[in-house]
Amino acid sequence: MILTNGSMLIIESLARAGGEIFIGYPITPANALYRYGTMRFPMWLAAPDEITTLQWMAGFSATGRLPVTATSFPGFALMVESINMAFMMELPMIVILVQRLGPSTGTATCGAQGDLLFLNGVISGGYGVPTMCISSMEDCWSIPAAAAKCAVELRTPVFVLTSKESVMPLSDMDVSSLPEVERVSYPMHAGQSNYLPYLPENNLVPDFLPTGNDSIQTRVTASTHDSEGLLRHSTKEAMANTHRLHDKMTANLDEFTYYELDEEDGSDTLVLSFGITANAAREAVGKLRSSGRKVSLLIAKTLLPVPPRYFDVLSGYERIIVAEENLDGQYRRILFGASDRENVTGVNAIGRMVTPDEILREVANHGK
Amino acid sequence: MENRFLATSGLPFCKGCGHHLIARNTGKALESLDLDPMNVVIVTDIGCNGIIDRKFHTHTVHGLHGRSVALATGITLGLDDRSKKVIVFIGDGGATIGLQHVIEAAHRNVDITVIVHNNMLYGMTGGQSSGLTPCGFKTTTSPDGKSYSGYDLCRIVGSAGASYVRRIICMGDFSSHLAEAIDWEGFALVEAMEICPSYGVKYNPGRKLAGIVKEAGLSLDFHKNPERKCFSVKPSTIIKSLFEEVPDVEACFESTLTEPISIVLSGSAGGGVQLAAELLARAAMASGLHVTKKGNYPVTVGTGFSSATVIMSPHKILFNEVSEPDVLIVVTEDGLRYSAHFFDSMREGLIIADSGLTPPPTNSDLITLDFTKKAGTRNAAILSLMYYLKRNPVIPMEAFMDTLEKSRIAGKVDFRAMLSSLDGTE
Repeated sequence: MILTNGSMLIIESLARAGGEIFIGYPITPANALYRYGTMRFPMWLAAPDEITTLQWMAGFSATGRLPVTATSFPGFALMVESINMAFMMELPMIVILVQRLGPSTGTATCGAQGDLLFLNGVISGGYGVPTMCISSMEDCWSIPAAAAKCAVELRTPVFVLTSKESVMPLSDMDVSSLPEVERVSYPMHAGQSNYLPYLPENNLVPDFLPTGNDSIQTRVTASTHDSEGLLRHSTKEAMANTHRLHDKMTANLDEFTYYELDEEDGSDTLVLSFGITANAAREAVGKLRSSGRKVSLLIAKTLLPVPPRYFDVLSGYERIIVAEENLDGQYRRILFGASDRENVTGVNAIGRMVTPDEILREVANHGK
Repeated sequence: MENRFLATSGLPFCKGCGHHLIARNTGKALESLDLDPMNVVIVTDIGCNGIIDRKFHTHTVHGLHGRSVALATGITLGLDDRSKKVIVFIGDGGATIGLQHVIEAAHRNVDITVIVHNNMLYGMTGGQSSGLTPCGFKTTTSPDGKSYSGYDLCRIVGSAGASYVRRIICMGDFSSHLAEAIDWEGFALVEAMEICPSYGVKYNPGRKLAGIVKEAGLSLDFHKNPERKCFSVKPSTIIKSLFEEVPDVEACFESTLTEPISIVLSGSAGGGVQLAAELLARAAMASGLHVTKKGNYPVTVGTGFSSATVIMSPHKILFNEVSEPDVLIVVTEDGLRYSAHFFDSMREGLIIADSGLTPPPTNSDLITLDFTKKAGTRNAAILSLMYYLKRNPVIPMEAFMDTLEKSRIAGKVDFRAMLSSLDGTE
């Protein structure tokens, strides 16, 4: 048994999963991830800024080495153009986003869940980047490893979404009981000829070859391109390739959909939460049930692209309460749109955590 | 000049553009070095120079505006193979927006060759001035001539530590210069001076390239430093699990707690508050309890308040935020300011404060004791926890003492003497 924090679990998990290089630029509250990254990864580099961070990561990834970084909103904002590049180039990488209170530099040492809407639209054109969210200490172990698998198997950047409250607090953890982490590897092209860098093979994902390899030419590009990796205008073939970037996510999302669903027979109310608000939701649901109130709970871990399975679950309830630590319900808006709905409400807070009692009251205020 | 590296027919550049010459000279330089095309990676930037990829038979990578040097840095460090030649094609616009990347690569002596296509303006977007446009040179955004000088890129990267820097006039056969730069182990930058035929010639009729370069004071000298070692990042051979970095806690004591208890400990930065709380949490684990410990502090490191919340529970802890603690311990003025609201909001529970403070009114039980006087500012937090455990043994005092004596501050502090200083207190 050790006393540890989420940062340590996340980095240990990613290193065991095959993360080869950690590239960092200091930012609170992601600093412990950086420090652990320098201690645990086979290689690490200190970048002079976050744009450089992402570009170096893309370079390493193009040579077949899985890169990892950790940042918070101000740094993430600088990375966005380069994340679009890596998405278009189909380069696996992990970006751990530790949310903190905004807007702007806000309060560096205060947690938040305010960046989800930003992530949902981060790719120009509205393409989804797999976004997996940590909602417990156990998730700090399993979600990063799952993210690494998703990144290399789908050849894409993956966001691991956390917050100050999930990476900094300490708690007891029996690390001997943690499951083994599977080591990932890039889906390599076999054979010596006929390699087209962006010709999809399995599940709409092209096979990979490292740039600079000894025998087969590779072409990597961030601009609209065909299967050869050559820049094209909006030709039919190029647009088919661009469409594929969306289709490969939807075709494979099911395999990377992680959530906890705790349904209670006869319940007409579902509490949906994620991330740092998940424990408040778990506690509230426990108390409600102890008092005889029937209620179900969905903890979403794969947040984006939204898994269709969530809508199947949501459609079975008359009332839905979405609890999240932001101004007016970012995941709620992603799931249900901007207009108010009578049967969908939110429990929200900024500058402090949503409490179990607030969720409990919201459930108790409505219905049976 | 079609060769193993370059298809020269139909190069995608305007008639008269120096980019033709740079592409052809690069192909010729690569051929002269007798390289395998699979040992060459051409990384191109955004701009007219960046649409050359399809003509090269090497590996090609086409990235973002200004970022090609950073991207190439990642590639060459990832490959970590001196037989692989990573070459960047970038324009003066790309070098302007991505100057930090160029400086960083030069400073670290990253093994790449950067060929700057300096046609003194942004050609692809309509002929605007760039950071490298010389003073007096006319562009669409400076029709009367740019009013201030451009960067001397070669001098900038030279002072950053570049091991090979050369500026050339883009005319005729300069392939031997490019070959030398490509063959160079370490960071090499060649700035090829051109005039954009679409905008530069049009706005500056009659001006000759060599004259413009001379007037701008841009030297054609070159500089090399073969003594510098290439930057590389080697995989570490000794890697330990992070879990070995923290002590294993064995539950060899017992606690009588049946319900969770929350303690807020507030003091000042540098007063050991976070460490004291962490050691309390570890002692609780040693007593078979589940724990969480959170810190709260401003962004400053060595000044201001420092507060920690510890929850100890016989059950797994879910929500770890405490709006009203069971116990509040305040050891300094900073801590008091941060925690003052609890004095009013705590309806029951226990507040322990240093006797040197003036606490606000409260309905909770309030006890004061001279922790700072007894233990000094660095250890008052630990002493206050000893006092609390002496009064309310929610975990055995020995569990806390044992944890302290195994901690990184063991040997620096006489914990037993500290505990004895509480003799006679209630």
